[in-house]
Amino acid sequence: MGAFPLFLRLVRASVGGQARYPASALLLTVGQFLGTGIEMVAVWALFHRFGSVQGWHIGEVALFYGLVNCMFAIADALGRGFDVLGTEFLRTGAFDRLLLRPRPLALQLMGHDFRLSRLGRLLQGMAVLVFATHQAPIAWTPATVAVALFALVGGIALFLGILVLQGTLAFWTVESLEIANVLTYGGVQAAQYPLALYANWFRRVLTFVVPLACVAYYPALAILGKPDPLGAPAWMGEVSPLAGFVFLAAAFGAWRLGLRRYASTGS
Amino acid sequence: MSRGLRAAMRPYIAAFASRFLQMLQYRTAALAGFATQCWWGGIKVMVFAAFYGGTAVAGASSPMSLAQAITYTWLAQGMLVLMPWMGDPEVGQAVRTGAVAYDRLRPVDAYALWFARSAGWIAARLLPRVALMAAFAAVALPLAGLGDWAWQLPASVAAGAAFLLSAGLALLLSTAMVMLLNVAATAALNERGINAVATPVVIVLSGNLLPLALLPDAWQTALRVQPLAGLMDIPARLYFGQLSGWHAAGGLGLQCFWIAVLVALGRLAMGRTMRNLQVQGG
Repeated sequence: MGAFPLFLRLVRASVGGQARYPASALLLTVGQFLGTGIEMVAVWALFHRFGSVQGWHIGEVALFYGLVNCMFAIADALGRGFDVLGTEFLRTGAFDRLLLRPRPLALQLMGHDFRLSRLGRLLQGMAVLVFATHQAPIAWTPATVAVALFALVGGIALFLGILVLQGTLAFWTVESLEIANVLTYGGVQAAQYPLALYANWFRRVLTFVVPLACVAYYPALAILGKPDPLGAPAWMGEVSPLAGFVFLAAAFGAWRLGLRRYASTGS
Repeated sequence: MSRGLRAAMRPYIAAFASRFLQMLQYRTAALAGFATQCWWGGIKVMVFAAFYGGTAVAGASSPMSLAQAITYTWLAQGMLVLMPWMGDPEVGQAVRTGAVAYDRLRPVDAYALWFARSAGWIAARLLPRVALMAAFAAVALPLAGLGDWAWQLPASVAAGAAFLLSAGLALLLSTAMVMLLNVAATAALNERGINAVATPVVIVLSGNLLPLALLPDAWQTALRVQPLAGLMDIPARLYFGQLSGWHAAGGLGLQCFWIAVLVALGRLAMGRTMRNLQVQGG
């Protein structure tokens, strides 16, 4: 069986398992929808009270917010295997079984526990995108749709890269550390607002270290046709999502280093 | 305290203390949580600064100053584990494994025993995180030259004392809510779905997401009297000296009222669930 059909089969098996508990799956999905939606309540309440922030309006901020949540929802569903690598694979020794199978390791982990509940975050992000379209307003032309899709794929690569790094860390710590939440959930939080709001050092972190701004802020500017208040050129948003793929490649580089170091826990 | 009362309280105090000491062992979890909360708080502080700094009118149209909003943010991050968004995992596990049967056999009040344990579970995670957060936001930030972003002292000594009292009540209130979640988990055998729905409600209505005062003015009356305000909003208002004199007493009284109501509800629900409980496993 080829790599991709194998992946699809793993996903189907995982989804089928969750469908056996429909009430639980539904509650978790609704919980995800509401739980990720409350951040939008904060955004809305702040704009309701203050009107606008440094020339940004709620429709524009909603575009960042929706894009980032869609990216993370998909990456989080794909990257669950890396997320729980320490507790579910390394500690238990189940990782040895994955290594013995003559199939790509990353693929097996990506197909592990593909969680339906992430649909809640995805739907919420899409709902906010619809809101942004009306509020900003955004003209969806083939060009802007292309930028949005490119940003989306780049963003999925970036968040997946963060999860891969989290898994890599587990080769040393043999447990899944909550600390990576700073970059995943915290990254979503940070990328929800315009980069221009932040302090200078934090902007640099978000552009050059963990390039969240490259997959959200700059493409969103290109979609809105808004010049960057910080002075980045207009074409920036059309190429910057590439940074997400570079990050993912770097993350897999680190992953291979960690893998070479791996010694079974023997249990 | 009379000797009889002390003897009657002993098993509950022991349950509280043992769970408290057990949870204090999880130092890595506390440190990881602390790091996450610093990052979160930092982002919120920058966002607040941007919203407040935008226009001169912004400050005027807001019921709290930027310095207060920043102090509130650190306070809310430090007190994050007070949020009752999940039941005590030990109770959920006891129900799944059948160990709950042992608790039913003990010659003590089952509600009070779980209450004491859950309170210990919350308190042991709360105290180290508040201390770390205070060290970071009230001491390290000013030393690093970021005094504008720092956690400020309470409005007065009286405000500080009222805050401490109110925070203690918030712990009891939170435990009463965790007990309701525990009972719900017992009835449903699975706590994940319940926790998933409880979380967003708790974050918004407690004032953890945003100070309740910053939510729309039209909602304020309803927001102030609902039970979750006692977890974060009332302690914070006391801290800033926005509630003083009779208003302060009213805030504390409201917390006590909701504790009484929720404990009564919890006892009732627990009694009903326990009658129908089927112990799992062998």
